[in-house]
Amino acid sequence: MARAATTTDAFNAVAEPRRRQILDLLAAGELPVNDLVELLGLAQPQVSKHLRVLREVDLVRVRDEGRHRMYRLNAEPLKTIHDWLSGYEQSWNTRFDLMDDVLDELRKAEETDGDHD
Amino acid sequence: MATTTNGTAKVTLPAGNQIMITREFNAPARLVWKAYTTPELIKRWWSGGHGTVTIAEVDLRVGGRWRYVLEANGGFEVAFHGEYREIREPERLVNTEAFEGIPDPDDHAALVTTTLTEKDGRTYLEMLVEHRDQTDRDAHVNSGMEAGMQAGMDLLELVAVSLA
Repeated sequence: MARAATTTDAFNAVAEPRRRQILDLLAAGELPVNDLVELLGLAQPQVSKHLRVLREVDLVRVRDEGRHRMYRLNAEPLKTIHDWLSGYEQSWNTRFDLMDDVLDELRKAEETDGDHD
Repeated sequence: MATTTNGTAKVTLPAGNQIMITREFNAPARLVWKAYTTPELIKRWWSGGHGTVTIAEVDLRVGGRWRYVLEANGGFEVAFHGEYREIREPERLVNTEAFEGIPDPDDHAALVTTTLTEKDGRTYLEMLVEHRDQTDRDAHVNSGMEAGMQAGMDLLELVAVSLA
């Protein structure tokens, strides 16, 4: 369950549309906070708050360059969410693949009935 | 022999308490509905290859109950039940879903909304699972993950046996 807690946190972080927007912007490359403020059209305290949440789950990393704080994306926690879900997805894939077989038979039965009409 | 599409189910998490499962089928909606709601057909796919569906009870009317029991490979039983809330054949089904393997299953029941959209003889299925909170939602995904891994192992075994 320890793993679920981590993915849950990262999921919470990306559930907020503005934070997803920040991740999208950072996916294109490292940015100083001023550029993020400008691109998002939000007040600096709001942007800083979102960045703090993203840093807490390690989706965003920061380094100082001169008097600028440079932010960059760390996609690793997103992969954890993906991995977590893929097992569940696999379970449904197996079910639906079996349902395909059932549907195939139903379709063929209908076609056969149609031939008799 | 089968002209299956082997489409790929997509799972997303639209909100903290939700799971969305989507899949396209190479069949009209009335047949997907039939496979989805007819006990003897449910028995053939709902196991997901994990074992044998021994019970599939469907009382398809608003307020009617359903219950599926899977006898998993290895002997243990996994059971789910719920109640139908809304029925609009063949495009919309709303039901509750409770997992009997946890204490107070009905207190933790999810609400499942299934919609079928037909286009050019194909059907797009959307299944929205809404839990009461994120903890229940995550537990649901976690249990599915374990089952999914188990399915992978079972299929591997099947392949191995068929090659022997």
